[in-house]
Amino acid sequence: MTDKPKVAFYWCASCGGCEESVVDLAEAILEVVQLVDIVFWPVAIDTKKADVERMADGSIAVSLINGAVRTSEQEEMAQLLRRKSQLVVAYGSCAQMGGIPALANQYSRERILRTVYEEVPTVDNPNKVRPQPDYVDDAQICVHLPEFRQRVRSLDQVVDVDYTLPGCPPTPKLLAEALHAILDGNLPPKGTVLAPDTALCDACPRKDSKPEDVGYTEFKRPHWTILDPEKCFLAQGVVCMGPATRSGCDAQCIRGNMPCTGCFGPTSRVHDQGAKIVSSICSSIAAEDSDGIESTLSGIPDPVGTFYRYGLSKCLLRGRVDAVDAARSSQEGTR
Amino acid sequence: MNGGNGDGDLRIGVYVCHCGINIASMVDVEKVAERAAAMPHVVVARDYKYMCSDPGQQMIAQDVRNHRLNRIVVAACSPLLHEKTFRGAVERAGLNPFFFHMANIREHDAWVHENRDEATTKAIDLIRAAVRRVGHHKALERRTVSINPNVLVVGGGIAGIHAALKIADAGRRVYLVERELSIGGHMAKFDKTFPTLDCAACILTPKMSQVKDHPNITLWTYSEVAGVEGFVGNFKAKIRRKPRYIDEETCVGCLECIEACIFKEGKFPDEYNEGLSKRKPMYIPFPQAVPQVTAIDPETCLHFKTGKCKQPCVSVCDRKAIDFDQKERIEEIEVGAIVIGTGFQTFNPTDRLPQYGYKILDNVYTALEVERLVNSSGPTGGEVVLRDGSRPRAVGILHCIGSRDTKTNIWCSRVCCMYSLKLAHLVHERTKAEVYNFYIDMRAPGKGYEEFYNRLLEEGVHFIRGKVGGVTDWAMVPEEEGRLVIRVEDTLGGFVRRVPVDMVVLSTGLEPRADADDVRRTFNISCSTEGFFLERHPKLAPVETASDGIYLAGCCQAPKDIPDTVAQAGAAAAEALALIDRGEVELEPNTAYIDADECSGCKSCLSLCPYNAISFIEEKKKAEINEALCKGCGTCVAACPSGSIIQNLFEDDEIFSEIAEVLSDV
Repeated sequence: MTDKPKVAFYWCASCGGCEESVVDLAEAILEVVQLVDIVFWPVAIDTKKADVERMADGSIAVSLINGAVRTSEQEEMAQLLRRKSQLVVAYGSCAQMGGIPALANQYSRERILRTVYEEVPTVDNPNKVRPQPDYVDDAQICVHLPEFRQRVRSLDQVVDVDYTLPGCPPTPKLLAEALHAILDGNLPPKGTVLAPDTALCDACPRKDSKPEDVGYTEFKRPHWTILDPEKCFLAQGVVCMGPATRSGCDAQCIRGNMPCTGCFGPTSRVHDQGAKIVSSICSSIAAEDSDGIESTLSGIPDPVGTFYRYGLSKCLLRGRVDAVDAARSSQEGTR
Repeated sequence: MNGGNGDGDLRIGVYVCHCGINIASMVDVEKVAERAAAMPHVVVARDYKYMCSDPGQQMIAQDVRNHRLNRIVVAACSPLLHEKTFRGAVERAGLNPFFFHMANIREHDAWVHENRDEATTKAIDLIRAAVRRVGHHKALERRTVSINPNVLVVGGGIAGIHAALKIADAGRRVYLVERELSIGGHMAKFDKTFPTLDCAACILTPKMSQVKDHPNITLWTYSEVAGVEGFVGNFKAKIRRKPRYIDEETCVGCLECIEACIFKEGKFPDEYNEGLSKRKPMYIPFPQAVPQVTAIDPETCLHFKTGKCKQPCVSVCDRKAIDFDQKERIEEIEVGAIVIGTGFQTFNPTDRLPQYGYKILDNVYTALEVERLVNSSGPTGGEVVLRDGSRPRAVGILHCIGSRDTKTNIWCSRVCCMYSLKLAHLVHERTKAEVYNFYIDMRAPGKGYEEFYNRLLEEGVHFIRGKVGGVTDWAMVPEEEGRLVIRVEDTLGGFVRRVPVDMVVLSTGLEPRADADDVRRTFNISCSTEGFFLERHPKLAPVETASDGIYLAGCCQAPKDIPDTVAQAGAAAAEALALIDRGEVELEPNTAYIDADECSGCKSCLSLCPYNAISFIEEKKKAEINEALCKGCGTCVAACPSGSIIQNLFEDDEIFSEIAEVLSDV
């Protein structure tokens, strides 16, 4: 071991895209590796939880943790890395605000388990067996499984987070900038999201094509229409999260002729990205009678998936809990 | 800057008002104050019988001095009522008046709960939220704007006429807008007025003429308010002037065109006479109409219907006042105050109370129809006759039709008892018929009203206490043959009667106009549940509305008789004049602003501002709010998707801290 700053990567509930984005540093990763020691990175190097446990508290300079937190194991690892690290960075949309996994917060824990273990057509489980956190097999060996918590949480809802790198996944450029800032000790105030604090429209190549009065008369999902490659998506009646989403992504989706889906999250001034864009878009619906409004909104068949695609853990309204769950959680204590 | 800037540590004073027993009877105010004293940053917490009283306000000032308070929370009534009072007290104590927040523990708490413990807990929660919020408050300054001295009066009934004249007499310009062809409203249809039986026309028509002749009144009849923008002191109104196809400036009211009309006789129901007579397509609503200008009804005029009329009206008019091409016009005016006197409509019993036979049985009339019958300028020249021209021998007057009934309108219409007595007197006088009044309760609470009732009792008019069950022409005994039979439980006699009469008069109640909701939206005022326009305070601000600079007069606010209407119209005029004479008005600093560095230029806000206060700066590609035009409605704040528009007094930190605290378990 050298005296180089120690860096850890970890993934919780995530797709692996964030890990890929680290590799996407390409040649730059070599430069990073020269400057730091990667001491923990389950996806790439063979280190174990026990190795981390043996490290001194605060001995890791920075842990970059991606993924949302759903299970007790993820929670435990986040807490462990927090203890061992000087800085914890929430890496990517899921760690930042729940991400795609947080869409499960639309359903209760009980409903999810019932669906997965009992109701899915391909499941054959006549005894309705469900995995148990502790299971003693025939050989009297006790097997432990992580517990499935009530809700999907963002990283900062579980441990103290110092900085956030937004994106699904964060761009290599943002990662490189962040690493350099950390290594140079050139850091903004704690809690900062390491991306510009204006909405994407500011950097959007189609900004000028948005009319002053959009006056939505209909909404179309991207695959329902031929998308004009020059014109503001909202002006085309296609929901674009750009106005409610932090810039810093170089408008990559827009340049690929797809609307922004909001992965960079809101600006620092907004508490709830989904609520804010709903409030904004609904303010500009042309119809004034309820039938007209309903018909306009029928073009958004999945409002939660559209407006909270990445942000449901940060929704001011908490996840759904049904009666069965409520009873169970009152026995177990809510997590 | 007004007084202290609240720098340094937060030092909060909390004041819990008993409001006599209004709050104290349902909320344990001592306990609330005790708990408030333990809240973060709270230096002093007291409870007091009337915080709004002088000693109450003094207490705040003293504590600010003695305890160096820099934030004040008063837990009392609605901010609508006393926010101004307490901001004033805070300002006099040397603090910025916006370092203050009010927790409503009366309307939101004491008055709506029945469990003292729960209400007390809720009061504590509300105060905890206010304490948390007030820490985020910033020092703000008020702006002043000058007041346009002109007044718009909407509705030309007796309310609007009286208000317009009062304001005009005070030397202010008045725009009086009336929807119908003539001013005069319902009162112009009446023969006599209760309880004095003086002639309605004799007291109303001189006022109508005064309106027409007044140099300070611009009268626009057959016109409607199409839209209102702006705010107290600075309203902009659009008035839609509908075409009457007669040039008002040219017509002298000789009425020869009516005589000359191709229709020799009236053929179409005359609205003014409640359809009891016929008029021509060329007509004037009634002889004393103001303005004395005829009008053409395009729905019935041969020229408009077929294009094939010889137009004798045109040839007879030597002033060339007839203009078939007249188009709707929009006048735009600027006024500082608005008086709304749009009146009422009478309850229509046709479908809603078929048991009384209106429009089914020939000789069932509404009271307003009988008003026209007894009127000497009415369709029968004042003769009370049945549809077949004969005189009734017996007349039944049914009170409370469409009033005091959960099936129709629950309220008492206030005027029906008295006008029923008036009609009873007039019908009895003209026909010598037996007149029966069927009433639930006799309500005669005005000056001279009870005396009038006593007079009727002595005149031999019959009074039967009971709500009529129905009116039928189905005879059970020979004397009922060919007559109308009123079935009623006589609740004094304790038996069911069948009273045969020749004429039934339905004393229909007063209700909000069918389009009251549209009017409400146009002027951005509120309605009470029954649909009458809502006054700011039922006792202390009975002619004001929640919108500053907009006042109410007459039956649009609630049913009332002519004396009350005139009194209220005078009060509305006085309020409008008091506002205008102030010359300028202070505006709340609750305006919105955009941080240019944060704005992404997404344009979401631009089209939403009702006051056109937001513009897009092309060079910077950012939006900008003109704070002088912003009225603090908050629309753009809610719509800004990047949270870059901030509204004073409603900053996210202020609101979210309040919400978080009120919802937290302690």
